[in-house]
Amino acid sequence: MLNHNTIAVAMSGGVDSSTVAAMLRADGHNVIGLTMQLWNQRRLAGHAGMPETVTGRCCSLDDVYDARRVAETIGIPYYVVNHEDRFERDVVRPFVQEYLSGRTPIPCSLCNNHLKFDQLLTVAQQIGADAVATGHYARVGFDEPRGRWLLMRPSDRSKDQTYFLFGLTQEQLSRTLFPLGGMTKPEVRDLARKHGLALAEKPDSQEICFVPGGDYKNFLDAYLAEQGESLPDTAGELVTTDGRVIGEHSGIHNFTVGQRKGLGVATGSPLYVLQIKGDARQVIVGEQEHLYSSTLLTRRINLISVKELLEPMRVTVKIRHRHEPAPATIQRTGSDEIFVTFDDAQRAITPGQAAVFYDGDVVVGGGWIS
Amino acid sequence: MRRVYLDNNATTPVLPEVLEAMRPYFGEHFGNASSIHHHGQETRAAVERARESVAALLGCRPAEIVFTSGGTEADNLAIFGLVQPGDHIVTSTIEHHAVLNSCKHLQEKGIEVTYIPVDGRCLVDPDDVRRALRPNTRLVTVMMANNETGVLQPVNEIGKICAEADVYFHTDAVQATAKVPIRVNEIACDLLSISGHKIHAPQGVGALYVRKGTTLEPRFFGGSHERSRRAGTENVPGIVGLGKAAEQALKSLGNGHPSDVELGRLRDRLESEILRQVDSAGVNGAGAPRVPNTTNIYFDYIEGEALVIALDLKGLAVSTGAACSSGAIEPSHVLTAMGMGPDRARASLRFSLGKQTTAEDVDFAIQLVPASVARLRELSPLYNKSTAVHS
Repeated sequence: MLNHNTIAVAMSGGVDSSTVAAMLRADGHNVIGLTMQLWNQRRLAGHAGMPETVTGRCCSLDDVYDARRVAETIGIPYYVVNHEDRFERDVVRPFVQEYLSGRTPIPCSLCNNHLKFDQLLTVAQQIGADAVATGHYARVGFDEPRGRWLLMRPSDRSKDQTYFLFGLTQEQLSRTLFPLGGMTKPEVRDLARKHGLALAEKPDSQEICFVPGGDYKNFLDAYLAEQGESLPDTAGELVTTDGRVIGEHSGIHNFTVGQRKGLGVATGSPLYVLQIKGDARQVIVGEQEHLYSSTLLTRRINLISVKELLEPMRVTVKIRHRHEPAPATIQRTGSDEIFVTFDDAQRAITPGQAAVFYDGDVVVGGGWIS
Repeated sequence: MRRVYLDNNATTPVLPEVLEAMRPYFGEHFGNASSIHHHGQETRAAVERARESVAALLGCRPAEIVFTSGGTEADNLAIFGLVQPGDHIVTSTIEHHAVLNSCKHLQEKGIEVTYIPVDGRCLVDPDDVRRALRPNTRLVTVMMANNETGVLQPVNEIGKICAEADVYFHTDAVQATAKVPIRVNEIACDLLSISGHKIHAPQGVGALYVRKGTTLEPRFFGGSHERSRRAGTENVPGIVGLGKAAEQALKSLGNGHPSDVELGRLRDRLESEILRQVDSAGVNGAGAPRVPNTTNIYFDYIEGEALVIALDLKGLAVSTGAACSSGAIEPSHVLTAMGMGPDRARASLRFSLGKQTTAEDVDFAIQLVPASVARLRELSPLYNKSTAVHS
C-alpha cells in the first residue's frame, strides 16, 4: 500500500489517529507521532462565560497525555510541536472576522489547509518523514489516467470528512495518507482494542476545538476582550424581504442563515434569517419558503480531480458538513469563481460555508460560498 | 541507535559512585533519620555526613545547609521565606521560572518587584542592581549562572552591593554548582540554591544555603527537621546521593583540575567546529564568562524545535532553552531579554555537556549538526531567499 519510509502521524489523542499510528507501526513503517499544539485551552478560561477548565479537547493537556501514552504503548517517538501563532493567525482570527462580517465560518477547513496539511507537512519533512497520516475518514489515491491525486469519500459515509478537506492541493495530497478511509467507526474502535489502546472507548469530539461547549458568541466576547478590542457595534435592523423594518438586533454575529430562534420578534408565522448584510448591519428575515435557493456563487476555488473547469459539469454538491450532496451543474463564471445551479432548491445556503463538488465518491473540488 | 546526551543542563545521569553510595539506604539502612534507635542513628549520621560534603562544596558551615526537594523548592524557600508585605524585591529578567514565577506571584499579592534587564551578552550590570535598591528592598535574587546560555553573572559585585546596603542576597546557583568553584563568603550571599539532579545526583533533592543569622519563615510546617526550617522526613537516599555528588564535584573543581578543564575544551571544540561548518550561526552569550559545559548557538533560517526533533531522531539529545518551557509558545525569555528577535530566539539550541561526555560524543554531534541544519535550510524558504539575494 505504501512505499513511504518514514511516516509522521498527526495524533490528536483521539481514537482515530491513535489507531492509525498503531496500524502503520504494525505494518512495519517507521512512524513518528506528532501532536500540533494549536490553541492554549486555558487561555480564555474563565473569561466572559467561558468554562473554567477544559478537558478532552484537541490540544488540551488530557489529549496530549493520551496521545503520548498511545505512542509509548506502540513504541514510537512522539513530539508536540507548537504552532499556536499560525493557528491564531490563519484560523482563529479569520473565524472572528467572518462572524463579525455576517458570515458563518468553517475553521476546520482552514485548519486543514493551513495547519494539518501545510504546517504539519513541513514539520514532517523537516524531521525526515515523507508523508503525514491522519485519522480522517476519507480516501486518497493517485489516478493514472488522469495523472492526478484524488480525494474520495470514505467507506463509512456517516463519518465522511471530505467536506473539510476540499482545499487540499495535489502536492499536499501526494504526501498524505488516510488509512481509515476503508473502515467504519466500529471497526476502528475494534482495531484500537486489538492494539491494546486504552482510549478505544473514548468518545469523539465533534465541536470546534477552540470553542468549548460550542458557544461561539461567548468565544467572540472572550477573545476580543482578551485582545483588548471591543466587539464592534453591528447592531441594526431586522428587515423583511420587502424592505420593512420589523425590529432590531444587537449584532450581526449573533445570527446565521436559517436560524429561527433569537430573533426577538413575534409575528404570525415563524421567521428565519435569510441573509445577513454586513455593511448595512441588516438581518433579512422571512418565512421558510424564502430560505430556499437554487443557486450559489463560490470563490477561492480549489480543484482536485480536474485541473480546470472548462465546461459546465454535472456533480453533486454539499453546502455544509451535514448535508446530503445534491445534484447540480457547476460552471466557471470568472477567474476564481464557480457558479452552482442546483436541480432542486436547497435550504439555507450560508455565505462563509463551503460548497464542495462531488463526482460520485470523488471530490471534484470546492470553493467558499459568497 | 547510538545515543549521545548533550542536555546536561536539563538533568544529569547519576554517577555510578553516587548510586553506589545511595544503595545501602534503599536496603539495610532504611531508618528515619529522626528516630532515636540504631536505625535512625545510622541514617542520621549519613545525612549529616552529606551535609558536611555539601557545606564543603560551598565553603560554608554544615548547619547552614537546609536540604530540600530540589532547586525549585530552595528558590521558593528563599524568596517566600524572607519577603514580607511591604517589601521590595530586586531580581533579573533571566532568572529561572522558579524565581520569576515566585516573584510574579508576590507581585499579585502586592509586593513590588524590579526586574533588572541584561545586555546582549546576557549579563546583569551590578550598577543597575544598586540603582534599583530602595529603602524597603528586602531581597536581591540574581542567579549565578544562567541555565540557557551558561553565562556567569557578577555575583561577587552584587553581593558586595547588597552587603553595603544591608539587603539580603540570594543566588540561584543551580547551574553553576560543580561547574565552577563556589565560595559563599566570596560571593557574600545570604542564601544560595543548589539542585542535585544537575550535579549527577538524583532528581528530587537539593539544598538551600542559609547564612547563619538569617531568619527564614518555613514553607513546610510539621516536624522540626532541618533546624525547623524545612519540615518533612529526610529523603535519606537522595541526600546521601547529593552528598556524594558534592564530594565528587569538589574533587574535580577549582585550580583547573583535569576533568574540569577537559570539559571546557570539549565544549570549545564542539562550538568552534559547528561554527566553522555552519554559516549564519553564532553563540548566544559570546563575550561573557560562562560555565565550561554550555554553549547556546543560534542557527538562522530554521526552526529550533524542528532541529531538536530531527537530531533526536538521529540519537543526539539537546534542547531549545529550558526543559520546563518545552511546548510553550514564547521564545526563550532569556534570549528575548538579551535583545534577540523571536526568529533567532526560536532558532537557538542549547548544548550542555556533562562529566560523562566523551570526545567521541562531541565528534558525533559535530558530524550530525551541520548536516541537519543544512537539510532544514534546504526546506526553508527563508534561507533560499536570503542566499539568492547574496548571490
